[in-house]
Amino acid sequence: MTTESTVIKAPGEAAAERAGGSGRTGEQERRRSDGTVLNVFSHGFLAVWAILIVLPLIWLVLGSFKTDAQIGGSALSWPANWHFDAFGRAWDKGIGDYFTNTLIVMVFSVPLTMLFGSMAAYVLARYPFRGNRLVYYFFVSGAMFPVFLALVPLFFMVKRFDMLNTYHGLILVYVAYSMPFTVFFMHSFFRTLPTAVHEAAVIDGASHTRIFFQVMLPMAKPGLISVGIFNTLGQWNQYILPAVLMQPQSSSDPERYMLTQGLVQLQYQMGYETDLPVLFAGVTIAMIPMLVVYLSFQRQIQAGLTSATLK
Amino acid sequence: MSHVAKSRGRSGFIAGFLIVPLALYLTFVIWPYVQTFGYSFTNWTGQSPTFDFVGLENYQALLKDEVFLSAIWHNLLLLVFVPVVTILLALFFAFMVNAGGRGAAGGVKGVRGSAFYKIVYFFPQVLSLTILAVLFGAVYRSDEGGLLNGVLTKVGLVDASEPIEWLNEPDLVLWCLLLVVVWHGVGFYLVLFSAAMQSVPKDIYEAALLDGAGRGQTFFKVTLPLLWDSVQTSAVYLGIVAMDMFVLVSTMTSGQFGGGPDHHSEVMATVLMRNFLYLGKSGYACAMGVVMLVLTMILSIITLRATRRERIEF
Repeated sequence: MTTESTVIKAPGEAAAERAGGSGRTGEQERRRSDGTVLNVFSHGFLAVWAILIVLPLIWLVLGSFKTDAQIGGSALSWPANWHFDAFGRAWDKGIGDYFTNTLIVMVFSVPLTMLFGSMAAYVLARYPFRGNRLVYYFFVSGAMFPVFLALVPLFFMVKRFDMLNTYHGLILVYVAYSMPFTVFFMHSFFRTLPTAVHEAAVIDGASHTRIFFQVMLPMAKPGLISVGIFNTLGQWNQYILPAVLMQPQSSSDPERYMLTQGLVQLQYQMGYETDLPVLFAGVTIAMIPMLVVYLSFQRQIQAGLTSATLK
Repeated sequence: MSHVAKSRGRSGFIAGFLIVPLALYLTFVIWPYVQTFGYSFTNWTGQSPTFDFVGLENYQALLKDEVFLSAIWHNLLLLVFVPVVTILLALFFAFMVNAGGRGAAGGVKGVRGSAFYKIVYFFPQVLSLTILAVLFGAVYRSDEGGLLNGVLTKVGLVDASEPIEWLNEPDLVLWCLLLVVVWHGVGFYLVLFSAAMQSVPKDIYEAALLDGAGRGQTFFKVTLPLLWDSVQTSAVYLGIVAMDMFVLVSTMTSGQFGGGPDHHSEVMATVLMRNFLYLGKSGYACAMGVVMLVLTMILSIITLRATRRERIEF
């Protein structure tokens, strides 16, 4: 993308040449040097910001190889040895469990969100019935309210169902809170799909349910991927809901912290135990899957998140 | 919808597909929202099953609650600065990435490595706020072990014997938190604006160029008006971020659910959570939730109104 127009003349330039005129070359010279200055200038700024992003992250990862005394001493110290034992300690301190807990919840919450969200969106997008618009706006309006508005009664609601500090409780809450956006996005996606395929399937005698699962859902795959990415990141990074709903209810109730809660927990703990390398190692462990997933699906993630915002 | 589709079990199908999503949504989202309004008129503690109706008492108390009022003020400050700083930086970088290249005739051309910059800038967006909280907690450490103090000491801007206590300085703490939000968000909005810039047809730029517009003029007279829709959406989203701030404040600053030092970084969400989970004032916390909702709504409407421009089709 960047190389082609250095060889081939930009259309603008060709047009400028055709336009001719006496002061043409002088004008072009000015523009060219203007371009070079701007180029150096923009590279400078862009590089500075890139360093501001990368440097703290690398510094944090390096911290997991330092000793606690080194971390407290000078920020610019270099790890004396490259032992991985802080990572082992972080894993034992609970990061491993927090990871598993988060995975257990996500394995159910994301697919269920996508399934229920698409089902509702599909019916609302494709089947006109009395009250259709009402139900749609009802779903979508939830996206406008801050989650804090619901927090207090939500806690007691989940408590009444005896689902505080349980995986299924959190899964259901995640699914419910992901509904507004998923319905909104998938609704607009289902509307763009052609009706011809649907009608052909009807004539072939397929049932509504079968048409949904075997015809419409596969056709909605690009939309599903976008919302899927959005929901996965949102639920993976969710902190407030588990912080309220996933606290041990009695001394015999085991901790079932999510990764985000676990990191905060680790931060308190390591502050007392003065073992900061463990905290840094814990954060590094939490960052690695995000980095791997991000680098492998970078294009889809950027496109998915930004298109989700602009809808 | 064809005639055939209307027959066989249509209404059963509609009901069957809607029942579970709707039930979940009603139980865990809508009903708690509604209850919040109700509880906000009571003196419910959350512990006891009984409570009294107290009318507007909670709201009257809120008006005199200096901690909550200062929290509103901090949210408003963030509400102005988070969107403005983030959007300006993101627009600036997006323009640099997309049009800062060494264009032969001053045309529009991305810089070399624009893909690389986008990958790096966007990365913070996929990290959770708690990771950011730990990271920046370490960056802002109040001794030489903190990255910021360490670097500033090295270059001689800060005296090693008295490093700056970033998160413990009443006048600095809020701005330190603001920088974290900006650091987190710029890349996302850069990618958003880039996509919008690239969807602008090239001949519009060429026309501007032929008319003799410089880069600055091109940006302000052509690019920005065409991007206005995206800028507006971004302002609303960033406004919502600024109204929240719970994760960063509660984990990075001192005090139960954060807000320190001496309530100088308090936001509405942290006051609400403290009243709910720590002080056992559930009814009062619900009233705060209602205030948050009302403010969020008002501010979204103001943002949309204030930034309204005639939409340009292209």
